[in-house]
Amino acid sequence: MYAFEYQNPSTAAAAIGSAKGDARFLAGGQSLVQAMKLRLSQTGTLVDLSGIAELKGISVAGSNVIIGAMTRHSEVARSAEVKQAIPALADLAGGIGDQMVRNQGTLGGSIANADPAACYPAAILGLGATIKASVGQKERAITGDSFFTGLFETTLAPGELITSVEFPVPDCAAYVKFKQPASRFALVGVFVAKFGSTVRVAVTGAKSSVFRATDIEAALSKSFTPEAAAAVKVSANGMNGDMHGSAEYRAAMVSVMAGRAVARALG
Amino acid sequence: MTVSVTLTVNGKAASASVDPRMLLVHLLRDQLQLTGTHVGCDTAQCGACTIHLNGRAVKACSMLAVQANGANVTTIEGLTGKGDKMHPMQEAFRDCHGLQCGFCTPGMVMSACQLLADNPKPTEAEIRAGLEGNICRCTGYHNIVKAVQQAAAQA
Ligand SMILES: Cc1cc2nc3c(=O)[nH]c(=O)nc-3n(C[C@H](O)[C@H](O)[C@H](O)COP(=O)(O)OP(=O)(O)OC[C@H]3O[C@@H](n4cnc5c(N)ncnc54)[C@H](O)[C@@H]3O)c2cc1C
Ligand code: FES
Ligand code: FES
Repeated sequence: MYAFEYQNPSTAAAAIGSAKGDARFLAGGQSLVQAMKLRLSQTGTLVDLSGIAELKGISVAGSNVIIGAMTRHSEVARSAEVKQAIPALADLAGGIGDQMVRNQGTLGGSIANADPAACYPAAILGLGATIKASVGQKERAITGDSFFTGLFETTLAPGELITSVEFPVPDCAAYVKFKQPASRFALVGVFVAKFGSTVRVAVTGAKSSVFRATDIEAALSKSFTPEAAAAVKVSANGMNGDMHGSAEYRAAMVSVMAGRAVARALG
Repeated sequence: MTVSVTLTVNGKAASASVDPRMLLVHLLRDQLQLTGTHVGCDTAQCGACTIHLNGRAVKACSMLAVQANGANVTTIEGLTGKGDKMHPMQEAFRDCHGLQCGFCTPGMVMSACQLLADNPKPTEAEIRAGLEGNICRCTGYHNIVKAVQQAAAQA
């Protein structure tokens, strides 16, 4: 690991103030510490967010669940409020990696990292969440649909801090992932959510970035059944192909996982 | 740059001046001489380095020592009671032959303790899923699962 200066501010404002030049935020470190150990990532200043109380916690306001960026996966998985309002989200968090990863990894770190096979991005798109972020004195709300821009890429500006995420509560939802058994990331993961007559379907693991499967959304808006989802033939265009599965295989798995997610959402 | 860290390790106060790059597992093993915590993969895959940080299992190879500043850390050495009496989970691993070479065992035991703390009466499937982050090259897991079942039955 290359050397760096370490800072551990106690407020979000101080963290944003420290994030100058090539400074990086440190959340749970489950991705970043690994990357730094392998010298895939280096930084002059590491700004540890773990002492900032205002970035932690879960609350329910109206028809939204608001989760602080520094909330650990295991806290979301065990939260009575999340389990009650959006059980699919608690379930998703409880299926990330293993219990040690879940005890350290955070919501903010997961979405900022934008791993193409990560689970949370599917919930951001699937639920149409809103990401709250700040840089300098500016605070903004980023729509889930515009947040992820490519492979490990987001719309965040350098030094911009995610503070929280607002997840709208759906009528019903479910996330099903077909795990890559060694890494436990999604080979293909599908998040399905129903809001009245609108259905959102988000897919992770299959392309360079999470995306919405609009054909499956259209089919499910007409008939919210596992069969309707599974019957949609998804194009292999732009799908990832690797030693774990070809592009055609992933395309086929999208419909299969979507069908299973609908079945689970219907309980 | 060095940073001073103060933490509680196995009930005792400890402090050290560390390079911010130092991993927690190296602070424990090299500076505090607590070599029960092993390094298997060094890439967050195997769980041999599992310790408890403020009561929650984490991989000590995947965090910086500075991230544990002010924390309460328990390592495998801290599980044994007075007079070196083994923890019931350690006893169960011995009784059920839940180890062969023993390399994975400290991490396995720390993970298993967290598993039972969260879910005191797990099913066999829940034990297998709960220990997903810990890899054992020797036992085939069967006797590890039995050990956790025995510890759960006795608790
Ligand atoms: C063995 C293993 C298995 C895993 N399995 C899965 C899995 O199945 N599914 C899954 O989704 N993930 C999985 N992960 C990834 C895990 O969820 C990580 O926790 C997550 O990707 C990164 O979160 P973190 O809090 O550790 O962030 P860090 O590693 O600390 O940071 C990651 C990146 O985000 C930036 N960042 C962090 N917080 C903020 C913020 N608030 N604002 C702006 N930028 C920020 C950092 O600067 C860094 O660039 C796995 C990881 C491991 C090690
Ligand atoms: S040494 Fe830490 S997970 Fe393998
Ligand atoms: S007993 Fe040898 S690795 Fe588990």
